[in-house]
Amino acid sequence: MTTTAATTATPPVDPLLERVRAGREFGPNVHSTLDVLQVLYDRILRITPTTVDDPDRDRFLLSKGHAVAGYWAVLAARGFIPADWLDDQGGPASRLGDHPDRLLVPGVEIGSGSLGHGLGLGVGTALGLRAQGLTDPRVYVLLGDAELDEGSNHEAIAYAGATGLASLTAIVVDNSSATHGWPGGIATRFTVNGWTAATVDGRDHDALHTALTGQDEHRPHVVVAVVESGE
Amino acid sequence: MRDTFVDTTTDLLAEDPRTALVLADISADAFAPAARRHPDRVLNVGIREQLMIGVAGGLALTGLRPVVHSYAPFLVERAYEQIKLDLDHQGVGAVLVSVGASYDRAAAGRTHLCPADVSLIDTLHGWTVRVPGHPAEVPALLRTAVDGDGSAYLRLSTLRNDVPHGGDGALVVVRDAGPGTPLLVAVGPTLDAALAAVADLPVTVAYTNRPRPFDTAGLRALAGEAVILVEPYLAGTSTRVLSAALADRPHRLLALGVGREDLRRYGTADDHTRWHGLDPAGVRRSVVGFLRPAPVG
Repeated sequence: MTTTAATTATPPVDPLLERVRAGREFGPNVHSTLDVLQVLYDRILRITPTTVDDPDRDRFLLSKGHAVAGYWAVLAARGFIPADWLDDQGGPASRLGDHPDRLLVPGVEIGSGSLGHGLGLGVGTALGLRAQGLTDPRVYVLLGDAELDEGSNHEAIAYAGATGLASLTAIVVDNSSATHGWPGGIATRFTVNGWTAATVDGRDHDALHTALTGQDEHRPHVVVAVVESGE
Repeated sequence: MRDTFVDTTTDLLAEDPRTALVLADISADAFAPAARRHPDRVLNVGIREQLMIGVAGGLALTGLRPVVHSYAPFLVERAYEQIKLDLDHQGVGAVLVSVGASYDRAAAGRTHLCPADVSLIDTLHGWTVRVPGHPAEVPALLRTAVDGDGSAYLRLSTLRNDVPHGGDGALVVVRDAGPGTPLLVAVGPTLDAALAAVADLPVTVAYTNRPRPFDTAGLRALAGEAVILVEPYLAGTSTRVLSAALADRPHRLLALGVGREDLRRYGTADDHTRWHGLDPAGVRRSVVGFLRPAPVG
């Protein structure tokens, strides 16, 4: 189930991202992920700073944990963490590292950084919610196209498809960074295993919203968000 | 032990809706009745060990208590990073239950041997490790592990002692040779061979089926100058724990266990026990050598 978040004014993300950046050069992965994160937190996820421990909340699992700068900025903009935390990211007293730690940051569902762990954790989370009769929450896992190189993802893709794990949505930000590419497209890796899939412009917020609400009730869903290489 | 584990886990699934079981095909047939009764909590992911641990981590994140079971090398060695990150780093726990280690299926060769499992688990923080020496010890150990919140490793084997020895993990004195005599600590299924090895020697023998956390208080109460450790996994696995526990005392330590070399031999588990010097004759040979007075001059 998804609902559109209330359109109350939230601080713009860009100045907060600049605050995290603090003059450093950011890699393309930061910017390629930002639009998806904004659409998720603005229009898709049923999570607020007051429901981070609610069993009935949606779960968002950032599997590509290095895409963290935009994540911190969005979490600050939505009030999950104080904006002051952004100023010392990676510092000895900071809760915000170069990868997220769920025990240090409110609203962070998993600690990630080593690629290929989020989808398996997401499958387990979806199964755990189902086993407890929690049918409303949806589990969203954000990955990168290069992250799909890790074989652990393909264990999860095959199993979730075979068992029709319908409460799971994977989002793959495709900035063509996988060394050997994905001939035939990323979505086919999922659809051949029984997932539904939508491939959209990763900068187009309305297209992302449509794709992120395009699941059916029987199968897991993947959204491939394509951004230009090097963005 | 595996049958006892299956029965107890099947009971736990019925008793507590928080309990879940994650499999990777191994033992799936034995759990088929439980899977029919609890299809949402008995989850066989197929031959996918990384996913098996990842799923356990996800289940635990939602508040369930996962029991995860497979053959030892596939459960612990193949999915080690998932154990480290999908359980420990997420701040959640699971009960890992292995079969097969160290060399139960010796004829299967190196791919199915796993003497390093406890060493690997021992690189992590805060795990309880339980190594039953008899099938009758399994139910209580499993229930204690599942009732807790932390992570536990339960190591089941086809090797066993003739009779069970209870206890809550504290060292149990099985043979008391008097104060000041050398202390032999046998872990799990090594006990009977150790007892036979020192039957005519003045050696006190204590037993534990819980090497982590090791009963260091019990060790300090029982140990004299000479301590012998017999473990059914890699030799020396517990050396650092015992050395730290006795650091303020002059002591000598002999640590027996499975060697690191790939022997490239098949045979039976009993053959491997003998080749690694863990049969009564082998243990006796090592102990006698260790206790022999050093040459004067």
